[in-house]
Amino acid sequence: MVLGAVVIALALAALMVTASRSREGALTHRQGMRLVLWAGGIVPSVVLLALLIATLPAMRPIRAAGDDLRVTVTGEQFWWRMAYQPAGAAAVTSANELRLPVGRDVVLALAGGDVLHSFWVPGLAGKMDMVPGRTNTLVVHATRAGRFRGQCAEFCGLSHALMAFDVVAMEPAAFDAWLAAERRPVITAAAAGARLFDAHGCGGCHAVRGTGAAGAIGPDLTHLGARATVAAGIQPLTTANLVRFIRDAPAVKPGARMPAYPQMSATDATAIARWLETNR
Amino acid sequence: MSLHAQDDPGLRAAQEERLRAVWAPPKGLFLRWTDTNNNQVGVWYTLTAFGFMLFAGVLALIMRVQLAQPGNELVTPSTFNQLFTLHGSMMMFLFAVPMFEAVSIILLPQLLGARDLPFPRLSAFGYWSFLIGGAFVSGSIFFDAAPDGGWFMYPPFTTRTDLSGLGADIWMLGLSFIEVSSVAAAVELITGVLKCRPPGMRLNLMPLYAWYILVVAVMILFAFPPLIAGDVLFELERLLGWPFFDAARGGDPILWQHLFWIFGHPEVYIVFLPSIALFAMIVPTFARRHLLGYPWIVLAAVGTAFLSFGLWVHHMFTTGLPKISLAFFSAASEAVAIPTGIQIFAFIATLWAGRVTWSTPLLYVTGSIAIFVIGGLTGVMVAIAPFDWQAHDTYFIVAHLHYVLIGGTLIPLFGGLYYYWPLITGKKLSDRIGRTAFWLLFGGANLTFFPMHFSGLMGMPRRVFTYPEELGIGGLNLASTIGSWVFAAGVLLVCVDLALSPRRAKSPRNPWAAGTLEWLAHPDDEDWGIRSIPLIESRYPIWDQKDFVAKVDEGRFFLPDAAEGRRETIVTSVLDARPVQVLRLGGPSVVPMLTAIALGSVFILTTYHLYWPALVGALATLALVLYWLWTGTAEIPEKDCKPIGHGIELPLYISGASASGWWAMFITMMADATAFSGLVFGYFFFWTRHEDFPPSGPGLDGPGSFWPMLAMAAMLASWALTVAARELNRRAAVGVARAALGAAALLSLSAIGAGLAGPWLSGLQPELHVYPAIVWTLAIWTTAHCGVGAIMQLYTLARSLAGRMTPRHDADLRNITVYQHFMALTAVVTYATIGLFPGAA
Repeated sequence: MVLGAVVIALALAALMVTASRSREGALTHRQGMRLVLWAGGIVPSVVLLALLIATLPAMRPIRAAGDDLRVTVTGEQFWWRMAYQPAGAAAVTSANELRLPVGRDVVLALAGGDVLHSFWVPGLAGKMDMVPGRTNTLVVHATRAGRFRGQCAEFCGLSHALMAFDVVAMEPAAFDAWLAAERRPVITAAAAGARLFDAHGCGGCHAVRGTGAAGAIGPDLTHLGARATVAAGIQPLTTANLVRFIRDAPAVKPGARMPAYPQMSATDATAIARWLETNR
Repeated sequence: MSLHAQDDPGLRAAQEERLRAVWAPPKGLFLRWTDTNNNQVGVWYTLTAFGFMLFAGVLALIMRVQLAQPGNELVTPSTFNQLFTLHGSMMMFLFAVPMFEAVSIILLPQLLGARDLPFPRLSAFGYWSFLIGGAFVSGSIFFDAAPDGGWFMYPPFTTRTDLSGLGADIWMLGLSFIEVSSVAAAVELITGVLKCRPPGMRLNLMPLYAWYILVVAVMILFAFPPLIAGDVLFELERLLGWPFFDAARGGDPILWQHLFWIFGHPEVYIVFLPSIALFAMIVPTFARRHLLGYPWIVLAAVGTAFLSFGLWVHHMFTTGLPKISLAFFSAASEAVAIPTGIQIFAFIATLWAGRVTWSTPLLYVTGSIAIFVIGGLTGVMVAIAPFDWQAHDTYFIVAHLHYVLIGGTLIPLFGGLYYYWPLITGKKLSDRIGRTAFWLLFGGANLTFFPMHFSGLMGMPRRVFTYPEELGIGGLNLASTIGSWVFAAGVLLVCVDLALSPRRAKSPRNPWAAGTLEWLAHPDDEDWGIRSIPLIESRYPIWDQKDFVAKVDEGRFFLPDAAEGRRETIVTSVLDARPVQVLRLGGPSVVPMLTAIALGSVFILTTYHLYWPALVGALATLALVLYWLWTGTAEIPEKDCKPIGHGIELPLYISGASASGWWAMFITMMADATAFSGLVFGYFFFWTRHEDFPPSGPGLDGPGSFWPMLAMAAMLASWALTVAARELNRRAAVGVARAALGAAALLSLSAIGAGLAGPWLSGLQPELHVYPAIVWTLAIWTTAHCGVGAIMQLYTLARSLAGRMTPRHDADLRNITVYQHFMALTAVVTYATIGLFPGAA
């Protein structure tokens, strides 16, 4: 298609130069009309028809089977809510990272959260919008293991540019092991960081399964330590980045709903960050 | 006046003196702005649109600097969002469409050998509305209050008042105001093309530019109203909380996308076809021959217009639509390339067959075709849904749309500028500067936008204020930024050329030796437009008709005089251009400007929620419009007929379907009906989205059948009485006709009561759910139209009582009857929908 486009563009340019350099009467009226008819009408019609017929099969969506893994992805300003729904088991909630088994069809149910977003992983599939009040379905099929970058493609506000996520395609066995681990609650509810997390009221918005924190406004932070990035795919997960985000999220992500906590000491923030990182 | 009389130089000088006096612009610091002559208004309009283009271009340059490298922090995300929203909105609404209308206001009368457009005061009103609305919208950026939702303003981000501030209201209300003036200009241009052609210029002899004006104005007429309907719903949600786009209360954000793109896709062709029209004027001139394939070009233009209304869904390929509609809209989107191909090959064939004289305008034409073709080819790619799923909303699309708009609108306009500048100022621009500017523009555009294809496919979404370094697109973006400054240098060079123009010597008349009528314009510009209105026998009269220019200049054709001291032009029949009337035109007046200010105040005050002052503004607008109509339209002339030369006498007053006013009313109502169908579409769209529609519950139960049916009956009776009044008045039964008009007005007023009683008495709560909201909207739309109808009926009654309307001079009554026909249709559809829909009763 691209090659064809280049050829057509060059041919047209050459034709224009020829036409404007030709002497008067180089083309009779009759020949001119024939040129318009063939080059302007018939040839493009045939080419476009062929192109359409050739591409129609690609418009057919991948059919999903009833027992395929289903992941509900919901777009929020400016992060991604993920809920894994394997056939015959309870859902597992996570955020900002999508893990997929290689070689299996996965049904993504793309739901609209607050405003319009669009789910786009260039290396995996085309994009699909997330519309409040609707659920769109996209069936994906990863063919090789690896990391892909995902990004919101529909303008959604101040930090639209900073609404990314990671996709990790894994061998099926590794995926199953990961999902089983992800399903387990954390076992560090007694840690100092956990107590501070609770004391600062973080649980009002965030959930960490295995502790009392069960908020649903912000991303689920259970097993945050297993994710590669912080703040929805925009920074590598390090203690320093995490501390900075905890104390002043709007500075990292303008327009984020998480407020700044200037009153929180660096020590407390570091303790919380370290604890979150240990939950893998 | 025979041919002999015009042999007398003394008579000719006296005629010229009278014409000059009649068409002279008013003098004085303020009064000169009250002129309505298309030569003046068109130039103001063009310069203003050009100014907005430069402004929007500067916004783009700031964005390009911000994106020059990853993680740049030149502007904040908030400013960046305002920059791209305003850049797109201004280029579309304040530059591309108004520029077409502005250029057409200057050129159309010249192309048609008319002295002015049929409604010069409407042009002036359109201009002042455009200036006020444009300054309001673009000025908002200096107060950090510019719209920031992207130029297509997708809800719910933009309808949620907690997420988007005043900017969204400024966009909706400011641009709605401009949309209204765009539609007004479209009405004027269509009427101009259909009714103000010179005698003998049958439709198939029209210059192609006039054909394109007709096609594009008709597109504006049908494309803008759905957006206006969308704007109405949008502002009802923002200002009153009616949930049209709020999914939690039954609304659907997708409805906005449909209404927006039903406008937005034709919009692309609305801004592209005028450039093709410029090509169609420029190419024959420099190929020194008639354009090849005139009928095919006309059919291709009409075909493009028609198809462009069936493509809007290709902007929504990623919203999760049924696959079958994807296939259909993919096919339609590809099909639109075919008429475009025909038009472009007609130009190539003409150049090939002719003897080409190279010139700066022709350089711009060929260069822009080269750029446009690349945009067209990527357009075919994104028309294919699976490709679009990747490319959509990325920089690939940014590249595609800029190739189309720069190759299909901007560079052709610069070419048109170089071509037509001598027509307007009598002076040529510099060929050397023009060529240098062209290469800067051409190179700059390619350097800016070609790399964007790759940055898009590599994962750069549009509308991002920054991008991570790891994406590896820093170099591509830097190239784009450098290119944008090269492009800006080209634009600057054109501006320098324009600025040097006053110091240059006059060029000879018709410097390109073109064959079409507009080149009759004289370097020593006379405001009368054309010395005498010619009889046309060819598409290129200056080339083909013997002694044509001399005959025009010596007043040997029609209407060479202004004996009664009035501005006049000839009205002809729609198909074969037989002269039917001498139309007296409105002269300089302050009323159009005042009306624009009053109407602008309504929109601007509403933005700031100042409803009472806005109401005052609305009443002032109404008063001014009535004063304008009363003093300036359907004037009964001092005599029935006047001679226009060659023994032809034409009436000074006509009414009904041969009059320009009737056509204007009919065309306006087509636009109104289109906006209305946008709202009705909304009703049925919501019905398809809900299993229980109408829903049931307190505040949700339908308006019943009784009141809607009563309102429908009252409206139909009012319509029948208006038609009866027209017939009675025509038969000189003036007293009965007046009684019928009075009764019709009363019925219209009672139809308002009955129309609102349905939703009111059943207690429909519009902020609860989308069903009551859309029912209320339809009822208010229809009853507001009833109110306007009642004012028209009372106005006509007053005209009759004041002796300004008589059995023979009945244009007012005939025109309001057209309105009532549409009103009857609106009432039937509205009340049948809200009163008879299953479950509504």
